[in-house]
Amino acid sequence: MNYPENFKYTKEHEWLEADGSTGKIGITHHAQHELGDIVFVQLPKPGSKVTKGQTFGSVESVKAVSDVYAPVSGEVLEANELLAKSPEKLNEDPHGEAWLIKVSLSSPDELTGLMSAAEYQSYVDAE
Amino acid sequence: MNDTAAELKKTPLFDVHRSLNAKLVDFGGWNMPVQYSGILQEHNAVRTSVGLFDVSHMGELTVRGPEAEKLVNYVSTNSATKLKPGQAHYSALLYEHGGFVDDILVHKISSTDFFLCVNASNQEKDFEHIRSQNRFDAEVEFVSDRYAQLAIQGPRALTTLQKLTGTKLSEIKYYWFTDGIVAGVPARIARTGYTGEDGFEVYVAPEHAVDVWNAILDAGQEFQIKPCGLGARNTLRLEAKMALYGHEITASINPFEADLGWIVKMDKGDFVGRGALEKISEHGITRKLVGFEMKDRGIGRDGYEVWMDNKPAGWVTSGGPSPTLGKNIGLCYLPVESAVPGNSIQVIIRDAPVDALTVPTPFYKRPKG
Repeated sequence: MNYPENFKYTKEHEWLEADGSTGKIGITHHAQHELGDIVFVQLPKPGSKVTKGQTFGSVESVKAVSDVYAPVSGEVLEANELLAKSPEKLNEDPHGEAWLIKVSLSSPDELTGLMSAAEYQSYVDAE
Repeated sequence: MNDTAAELKKTPLFDVHRSLNAKLVDFGGWNMPVQYSGILQEHNAVRTSVGLFDVSHMGELTVRGPEAEKLVNYVSTNSATKLKPGQAHYSALLYEHGGFVDDILVHKISSTDFFLCVNASNQEKDFEHIRSQNRFDAEVEFVSDRYAQLAIQGPRALTTLQKLTGTKLSEIKYYWFTDGIVAGVPARIARTGYTGEDGFEVYVAPEHAVDVWNAILDAGQEFQIKPCGLGARNTLRLEAKMALYGHEITASINPFEADLGWIVKMDKGDFVGRGALEKISEHGITRKLVGFEMKDRGIGRDGYEVWMDNKPAGWVTSGGPSPTLGKNIGLCYLPVESAVPGNSIQVIIRDAPVDALTVPTPFYKRPKG
């Protein structure tokens, strides 16, 4: 799997694509693969706050519920409505159209603690 | 592999599962495949065509001797006397207080020879339980290590398996069995299953398991047979409302609560738990198992609390998506007067109540024919 170079990654298998003061957050290919068939996604409403390292929603496969954790702190600008109707898109395109939320970043310096694509790849390989 | 994984028990098909890239999990101490291609695909293969499961983790016990039937009748709730040779039924082992030791399948070879299939994680407990109740001229034997068990399930199961045996499978009625040859090796062929579909459970010697598994996959190729894991087994059995030990049935649940009164034969004479069940019948049960369907967005899962009229009322025993119905379904215990279809309930999902409705079960019943 190619993990996009311009994303940052967490140990909990989320990705962040930062663009100035905003960012897009999703789960990685590895995460969706481990979960299996995804059947339900719960996301926060626009306007709510997320905190780095805290859970902001959940992704459910047939068998299990998995929390998703915020890679950064901020305010939710948009939740991906595609996933309410088509949660299976998370299995198909986790780095693309099946992003989870867009946020405004409250402390852009939080990015420094996240992994690069290469670091994440070796982290996943070692798991 | 870490130390925990190394301690897990394996079936004779473990290497086959690995070569098929199965996702393996610890299931009650067994390293078992939870899925191969994906739970939904596997589930749908069984509902529409055919799927193959390795259920070799299940336990097998034999009860033999002049009073074997007396012992089986004494330790299990169903009537072993009513079974004909070659017939099987669903039954339960109970404690004196009426709670479940396990649910089991009883196969009657003759009135002096019974073959019991029991849950993997309960097999030692069941064996000890039956032995402790044995005041008859009968011998109980633990024979799990002599059997691998393959479940071939789905509308194309018969056609697939028929290619590998001279036994006329259409003549085996539902919940009957026979001994024959499958893929060149001796096998016990039972028309039983845990999916709600037609199908067979085939018991063979462990050393033949890989060959028989591969032969079945070859025979089913024209029907796009899929190896299926425990994930699909669970969604399939839930749709068919078949109980799972540790979920719907436990030591603190009795058969009437679990809606399994039909496997309790009070008119057959004494059996372990009978006294308690008589008292329970007299006073009536207070809670009962009932099906539900989620009405709002959310999946009610095992262990979640259920509320009614703004008060805690019960708990979910099994819940998840129903691939066949395209709904989120589940089973829960509720006060007996509420455990009927048509009641509004709330399943507490992450501290938030989500609306659901009690519904008739089974959720899925296979088309007749």
